[in-house]
Amino acid sequence: MSELKSWTELPVGGTVSPGDAEQPRTGSWRTGLRPEVDLSKCVNCLLCWLYCPDSAIRLDGTTFVGFDHDVCKGCELCEVVCPVGAIGMVRDGN
Amino acid sequence: MATRAVAARVLTGGEAVAEAMRQIDPDVVPVYPITPQTPMIQGFAKFAAAGRVHGEIINVESEHSAMSAAIGAALAGARTITATSSQGLALMAEVVYIAAAMRAPIVMAVGNRALSGPINIHCDHSDSMLVRDSGVVQLFAENAQEAYDLMVMAPRIAEHPDVLLPVLVCQDGFTITHSAEPVVLLGDRSVKKFVGEYHIPFPLLDLSAPTTQGPFAMPDYYYEVRHQQVAAMSAALAAFEDVAGEFETLSGRRYDVIEPYALDDAERAIVCLGSTGGTVKDVVDELRSEGERVGLLEIRSFRPFPVERLRSALEHVGQIAVLDRADSPGGLPPLFADLTATLHGTSAELESYVYGLGGRDLHPEEIRHVFCAPAGAAVPVYLGLRSEPCLV
Repeated sequence: MSELKSWTELPVGGTVSPGDAEQPRTGSWRTGLRPEVDLSKCVNCLLCWLYCPDSAIRLDGTTFVGFDHDVCKGCELCEVVCPVGAIGMVRDGN
Repeated sequence: MATRAVAARVLTGGEAVAEAMRQIDPDVVPVYPITPQTPMIQGFAKFAAAGRVHGEIINVESEHSAMSAAIGAALAGARTITATSSQGLALMAEVVYIAAAMRAPIVMAVGNRALSGPINIHCDHSDSMLVRDSGVVQLFAENAQEAYDLMVMAPRIAEHPDVLLPVLVCQDGFTITHSAEPVVLLGDRSVKKFVGEYHIPFPLLDLSAPTTQGPFAMPDYYYEVRHQQVAAMSAALAAFEDVAGEFETLSGRRYDVIEPYALDDAERAIVCLGSTGGTVKDVVDELRSEGERVGLLEIRSFRPFPVERLRSALEHVGQIAVLDRADSPGGLPPLFADLTATLHGTSAELESYVYGLGGRDLHPEEIRHVFCAPAGAAVPVYLGLRSEPCLV
């Protein structure tokens, strides 16, 4: 965490400008399971990207390349919507 | 600034506010009608219909929406004025806190009216007291002239870069809003020049500098953001003085956050808000002519509460009667509580009087009684309440 600011250092009304906010690592309180992909099965339909509630699907242009585990909360939706069984959940920390 | 005041006109306080709004010519006016605020907005709407103002009136569906729209407009970069009374202010209250926290310099005219219930349309200050701690500036007018003058000063105080808070210009419902008296208006161009251009630090419509406003604040930041309002309130005292100085140059009329009347050598004084001060002045004059050393202190700025000024103005007065036009069932009336804390440690003896709830008249004889009653009365004494034993 960066140093917390005093009331005199904050912009009026707590207004936030671009770049002010720290990127939160919400993946730190994941459920205990995290998604992994077998890219050899992936057909790049991007349903996982569409459904992911946490924008945790990483793309290179329009190509699926993996997960951003810093923001993934382990909800398993990607595994459920994947039409070809390319995504599976594994125990975190493995 | 070369200025010339035009001749006095006979106007109600509500009409005087409408004239001030016409001259300020705000960009956005989101309003919902409620008695006794109605003549302010009705008057302004007539000016708008006649093409005499450029701003947009938004006919919203409630006061909650009026204040919400006012926040959006004020933060977008538009000078914004609204007005309300009583239940309207109560419905707004949730959003009034947010307006203060988001530092939206909205000007709001208030025609003070008792809160329900029982439902009532007449004056007391319970509506203002409901938003006492919301972080908005509250200025109280004694008469229509003051309502007009404070309304002209209000945008300058609200938009002062060290303040940036909503400013409520309060006038007693019916007693001021609907009573006609001579009011000296300033010239249209003088007012326009006096209020100047609207500037805020982070206009939402400045697309070159996008911002998130009103963000969520966890325990690590809520306290800091709220404390900014405390500092802004302190700055409002200085801003009032600056703006009042310029306003005096413009109008010849000087305003202060407190108004002492015959107070210098007073042994006994009344402290009050609003139109009651006018009646008390008459009684002070009568009693002074009878040789009594009595005085008055009217509080013009209820929020920010001018603690230091009040202390130095009142500490030499032996007995102080605080008149509250609002009650706090089970507690102490708000003005009395504030003044008791303000004068803590001085030798002043304070008494609490509640009066005028729901528009109940306060008669000069009752004010005489307050001046002549012995100190140490019950807390509070309910003036004008039937069966209250110690009254005239």
